[in-house]
Amino acid sequence: MKHSFEDHTSTIQATQEIPATPAAPRRMTLNMGPQHPSTHGVLRIVLELEGETIISAAPDIGFLHTGIEKEFEQKNWQQAVTLTDRVDYLANLSNNLVYALAVEKLLQIEIPARAQWTRVMMTEFSRLNSHLVWLGTHALDIGAMTMFFYCFREREDILRIFEMFSGQRMMTSYIRIGGLALEPPRGWQQAVGKFIKAFPSKVDEYEELLNANPIWTRRTKGVGFISLEDMLDLGVTGPMLRGAGLNWDIRKSEPYSSYDKFDFKVPVETSNDVWSRYRVRIQEMRESAKIITQALEGMPEGAWQADAPHVVLPEREKMKTQMEALIYHFKIVTEGFRVPAGEAYQCIEAPRGEIGYYVVSDGTSKPYRVHMRTPSFGNLQGLPKMLEGILIADSIAALGSMDFVLGDTDR
Amino acid sequence: MSQPVNHPAVLETKQAFGETTLIADPARIVDLCRHLKDSEKYIRLSGITAVDLHPAEPRFEVIYHLHSIEKNQRLRLKCLLSGATSPDIPEIDSVTGVWRSANWYEREVFDMFGIGFRNHPNLVRILMPIDWEGHPLRKDYPVHGYKYSYPSE
Repeated sequence: MKHSFEDHTSTIQATQEIPATPAAPRRMTLNMGPQHPSTHGVLRIVLELEGETIISAAPDIGFLHTGIEKEFEQKNWQQAVTLTDRVDYLANLSNNLVYALAVEKLLQIEIPARAQWTRVMMTEFSRLNSHLVWLGTHALDIGAMTMFFYCFREREDILRIFEMFSGQRMMTSYIRIGGLALEPPRGWQQAVGKFIKAFPSKVDEYEELLNANPIWTRRTKGVGFISLEDMLDLGVTGPMLRGAGLNWDIRKSEPYSSYDKFDFKVPVETSNDVWSRYRVRIQEMRESAKIITQALEGMPEGAWQADAPHVVLPEREKMKTQMEALIYHFKIVTEGFRVPAGEAYQCIEAPRGEIGYYVVSDGTSKPYRVHMRTPSFGNLQGLPKMLEGILIADSIAALGSMDFVLGDTDR
Repeated sequence: MSQPVNHPAVLETKQAFGETTLIADPARIVDLCRHLKDSEKYIRLSGITAVDLHPAEPRFEVIYHLHSIEKNQRLRLKCLLSGATSPDIPEIDSVTGVWRSANWYEREVFDMFGIGFRNHPNLVRILMPIDWEGHPLRKDYPVHGYKYSYPSE
């Protein structure tokens, strides 16, 4: 077969004059996006190609900019919680939490243990939700379609739990300044317990599907390298760094919302490629499940809102019998509570990395300035460095491994 | 709580809520940042942002959030810039030479607040369209923008 093919080409060469190929391959500029299924949102990347090798990549962002930071200045402090939901559609609760923590720092109010533990449990569900969507869509990009259905099957259960707690599947606004939006519903232990008991075996399923899959391993191992020094210098955070051997997790290094009372490990991998990021996220899912189990078993009793009548709405019953409660209710509903002048920065470990909210108050009932340091914005800066010199076919696997959300980038 | 930083560019040190804020001299910001990165091990720049204090003067605060993984400490630098430079925009030196991550952070501040960064490699708008007029996060910028007006306003 091979022999006859060579014969055939030699006859062509003999009869036709083939133009001489240029010494260097021709450079080509390729526009990827903004409507491209593998960019997971509205991201445009201008790729400079030499043959199939990427020489340079220039991300163009801003297509989903909605002016959320400007909007913050128009709402009162508690109303603005709803804006934090809309930053990152996969980590709404993480954004709720970091905003609430920052404002509570300014207000200097103590959050009861039950509310803190519920917050931890819900943000860990949020991490599971985000990692599941990442795993499903990333595997889909690389060609493993079944993963998508498996991951979305579990994600649906998580969204049902969110709905049970907050009444919303995605825009939860469940973590409010001063505690939670609603008391955890009756029967939540059964719903969470049922899910968390089954979940580890589901992760086993994912690993069985992918770990020994030759297509998956060849498309992930050794692909998407970027050195740790470059990542730190370019502002990359989260599982990307832990996939490069850096043991840094804000839940451990700067514990917030009683994370120090939970027993969990920080998974670290060293191969610094798409594969290691996949391993980190899979293990993080197992650790999150452990945290949720601990929260389920050790959930403290007591109040789910802070004892701060100037911030938290009074109970309905008290309003009918106590004059102070009625006055506070009127003040909070009509004007909103005031936050003492000052500034605070609070960061948490979100599924994608460090979310940091810088909150400035001028003493009124509206935020003076809220800046969101979002992980996707920082991570995307590392993209050109990561794509340089790799094949265009690998760029899909490489940029998918960053796990950015464009709403989170553009705000 | 961070250790005090001894550097001539530090004008004042403030502590609040366990966070340290250094008020820095805008003219020597690059020196200070290089010192903090090299000697104080603040290898990460977590973000740059600004606050518009309109109509007060100096009008702008440029805020840098630094983080040292090794020391597990965070630090906030604050530079005050005058807004009375119209029609020119207020300017400060770029720290892209110290941390490369400053590139996009500074572009965002330029886009949103109209603060220029000298020696920035590519100071163009990042979130708003290239031909946008005005800087949305300035306090004198209307919420609906300049392009639209409503009868009730």
